[in-house]
Amino acid sequence: MFRRRAFAALFALSSLSVLPAAAQSLVPFQMPDSPKETIEIGTSTSEIAIASDFRGADLTVFGALGNPDALLLAIGQYDVIVTLEGPAAPATVRRKERVLGVWVNTQSIGFAPAPESYSLASTRALDAIAKPQVLAEVGAGFSNMPLTPTDFAGAASRLGEFRDAFRRLKETNGLFQRDTNGVRFVASNLFRATLRLPANIPDGVHTVKAYLFKSGTYVAGRTLPLRVVKTGLEQTITDAAHQQPYLYGIFCVLLAVVTGWGASVAFRKD
Amino acid sequence: MTIYLPIAELSVNVFIILGMGAAVGFLSGMFGVGGGFLITPLLIFYNVPPVVAVATGANQVVASSLSGAITHFRRGTLDMKLGTVLLLGGLVGASVGVWIFSWLRRLGQLDLTISLLYVILLGIIGSLMLMESLSAMRKAARNQPATLKRPGQHNWIHGLPFKMRFKKSRIYLSVLPLLLLGFVIGVLTSIMGVGGGFIMVPAMIYLLRIPTNVVVGTSQFQIIFTTAYATIVQAATNYSVDVVLAFILMIAGVIGAQYGLRVGQKLRGEQLRALLALLVLAVGVRLAVELIVTPKDIYSIAVGGF
Repeated sequence: MFRRRAFAALFALSSLSVLPAAAQSLVPFQMPDSPKETIEIGTSTSEIAIASDFRGADLTVFGALGNPDALLLAIGQYDVIVTLEGPAAPATVRRKERVLGVWVNTQSIGFAPAPESYSLASTRALDAIAKPQVLAEVGAGFSNMPLTPTDFAGAASRLGEFRDAFRRLKETNGLFQRDTNGVRFVASNLFRATLRLPANIPDGVHTVKAYLFKSGTYVAGRTLPLRVVKTGLEQTITDAAHQQPYLYGIFCVLLAVVTGWGASVAFRKD
Repeated sequence: MTIYLPIAELSVNVFIILGMGAAVGFLSGMFGVGGGFLITPLLIFYNVPPVVAVATGANQVVASSLSGAITHFRRGTLDMKLGTVLLLGGLVGASVGVWIFSWLRRLGQLDLTISLLYVILLGIIGSLMLMESLSAMRKAARNQPATLKRPGQHNWIHGLPFKMRFKKSRIYLSVLPLLLLGFVIGVLTSIMGVGGGFIMVPAMIYLLRIPTNVVVGTSQFQIIFTTAYATIVQAATNYSVDVVLAFILMIAGVIGAQYGLRVGQKLRGEQLRALLALLVLAVGVRLAVELIVTPKDIYSIAVGGF
């Protein structure tokens, strides 16, 4: 359904392409009469089910630009960033120091809920798409993810270092992914974004966000919820451990009792 | 063949876990120890988070102590009454232990505390075992009969009030030291994931003067319940018992223990004890090195309220 709409936009554009291009050479960056660009995205489902032992996968998001300026499109002045933000959770970052020869956690900062995972795909490197201030305003990219400290334990002066550590650690364990070639235009104003899903992706409601930039300025955005549901035995166990912790604990003990008793019966000598 | 551990959130090679469980089970069968004090550090070396290693270790000890206690029950070398008094102290200790565990986890000092306690404990046990086995070897070389230390009949502990008669053990003893001993072991069960037999057994023999024949069975009897209780409380408060990991360890452990038992009955003790002592010391040293060596990243991250 969405694809048909995108093609309609494409045809409409190609028929009009000559005239605006001429007008534009006179007034390069001001086109008050041209309609504002829009961006549309779509995924094949609103819910993805993954086995919890999967080793990571790719999520493909299709999208289209509405009302783009054909000349700017042709010379690559439009850039797209697509991100998948995981559900938000609070986190604590700790810093070790050597105390009496042993490494001890001495300082910590607790952060307000922030996305647990973050996967980004873009047409180019972020610094080539827009200036840092522009990216910061719209909140695209890891470094622009708001990280609000909520409680400090002797580390207020190192807030910047702690934030960097948070992002670095997330990147190290695969929860923050980026692919600066992940968005490709497949047909003038149609694009395909490939987002890398980490193996340890948290389940819950994720948000797909698309940002459209024109010559370094942000022009349009779009968000779409996407539920990630983990399936399989492993997830059943995780759910049981968190939702029915007493029953789960009793089950673990019973399993041990059966194993221990079974062994003593099986290996009984007489 | 890799398998995903849902609570540890880790993919592991199932054969390595089986091997670990079997090796520790073998040693525990051979020397009559529970093996929890080796399982937990080995899991930590294999990148299992210490929180999960401790809680899962306790769960695994339930299985190994149960199969041991059944054997002693059949032989009649188990004092239920004595075990129950120890257990009362143990349950209180395990509750306090889980509370300390959660508190340390919130402070971010849990991993360090677990490692430090293990370094101290393994260092002491390893050194004592090594000294004991070396002196036994020396005596054997001089052709002297190994003299078992005969503990004296009474010490100050036997002057304490609230005495109780334990018929099976043929002793008349105050319940206070028993409750205290149970309590200390209970705390260690929760914080370290050990059964505590390696502390309980010498304390019962040398401090409380309980006849040796009932000591191992009775300590295993109370360990079943303390570790079972610790497992349930850990599951409820820290969500850190990994049933998949525990099950693999249990299966391998109980089978390994049976073979260890048979081998242990045939081989000479001193050299084996010296080897086990060296192994225990090596594990302790390895943990100590990790505490001292500069970490790859001095920052760490914990999701959620911890």
